[in-house]
Amino acid sequence: MDDTAALKKTPLHALHLSLGARMVPFAGYEMPVQYPAGVLKEHLQTRAGAGLFDVSHMGQVVVRAKSGRYEDAALALESLVPVDILGLAEGRQRYGFFTDENGGILDDLMITHLDDHLFVVVNAACKEADVAHMQKHIGDRCDITLLDRALVALQGPRAVDVLAELWADVAAMRFMDVRHCRLHDISCLVSRSGYSGEDGFEISVPADKAEDVAGRLLEHPDAQPIGLGARDSLRLEAGLCLYGNDIDTTTTPIEAALEWVIQKARRTGGARAGDFPGAARILNELDNGAARRRVGLKPEGKAPVRAHSKLYADAEGKTELGEVTSGGFGPSVEGPVAMGYVPVSHASVGTQVYAEVRGKYLPATVAALPFITPTYKR
Amino acid sequence: MLKFTEEHEWLKLEDGVATVGITEYAVEQLGDLVFVELPEVGASFSKNDDAATVESVKAASEVYCPLDGEITEVNEAITADPSLVNSDPQGAGWFFKLKLKNPADADGLLDEAAYKELTAQ
Repeated sequence: MDDTAALKKTPLHALHLSLGARMVPFAGYEMPVQYPAGVLKEHLQTRAGAGLFDVSHMGQVVVRAKSGRYEDAALALESLVPVDILGLAEGRQRYGFFTDENGGILDDLMITHLDDHLFVVVNAACKEADVAHMQKHIGDRCDITLLDRALVALQGPRAVDVLAELWADVAAMRFMDVRHCRLHDISCLVSRSGYSGEDGFEISVPADKAEDVAGRLLEHPDAQPIGLGARDSLRLEAGLCLYGNDIDTTTTPIEAALEWVIQKARRTGGARAGDFPGAARILNELDNGAARRRVGLKPEGKAPVRAHSKLYADAEGKTELGEVTSGGFGPSVEGPVAMGYVPVSHASVGTQVYAEVRGKYLPATVAALPFITPTYKR
Repeated sequence: MLKFTEEHEWLKLEDGVATVGITEYAVEQLGDLVFVELPEVGASFSKNDDAATVESVKAASEVYCPLDGEITEVNEAITADPSLVNSDPQGAGWFFKLKLKNPADADGLLDEAAYKELTAQ
């Protein structure tokens, strides 16, 4: 049997093939890693114009309280994430994560207050487990529905102009706003968010209309299709975590430098402090610090330092500090960039560390994240 | 005379010295190169040893020494500008020159027709 036979296809699969994409297996799906332009040009296109990404493999889930009240759905989900969801205004979105009893991260997600319910977007590889997790813990209070919809991300400084051709009102949206809209009479849900460090949008589309919407966006001269290769280098330059690389069940939110995700209401002394899995450890680390931190790393030479490269305090590889969790070449930075975990003693910006690459210990400097200046419209 | 390996290196043979690079097919598979690490002049390698490293935005790959021999020259132009390998893999994008230990071993490599057949599959 062909290896790709068991892989799922997104509603945009045929479009990818017609655009000349090179397809690879990713999270159980056959996905475009790059188009004929190549990863470098696709990356720079997204930073200068607009890039269209197929993210239909991600899970789109509706969480609706059996009572029909938003407050009940919000409080239920708050029992699984350290995020202020009750205080989330209608039409607004927040980043968050599911935690486990040890304070580790089960998945990261985007949470939206939509009308009387919650709309959440989770990672492709985790979506079945996330739905089961919600069913188990809040299924008595909420209906959890995994939607069969497509999701496209339009990212870059020209994204707003490209989308405005289909829906002029988009220009009034702020970063993390979410709106229902009709794009050429197709009912869509648009959020002003993304994972590239650029201004941009994620557009949830009925599966059978995905090709129509994607095709119309790509008609704009400033929009180009972008594959997973550039998606990875864009999010790395933006200092954003990739679940399974930079965060997982072995990393806590504080170790991952994601304490900003935990709003005041859920922190020690807040109105609804704690009451999420792993709260004791996470709030303790929030108040007193964690032993290690996720940091940005700028290798000094030209050699990319990849994920799983070991990090050392010295050029001889005697004192091991931790390892790189994401690393590669940053086309906008025009050099290698990486992220990894080091003890807090070595986490200050400017600290010199050494990364082991093919038996050599290459100097790298702890650097502020992100590596680029985000262009979010706050 | 041009020869090829199944690992997608090409060799141009002149007086017992092979100029070595990676084929157009290999470059197509790798995508945009952003980093090249070349061997030291004077280093000796056996066939299939890792002689050089190329990295695209996404991943690192090894370039193998196609035959036994000693490095006599390396192409510094591609370490300064790895995109030369993308734009002219079988010309300006050459990697290194290798003085062959046994020039006759080259007879065992693929000729151009055999390599084309291999990559057409």
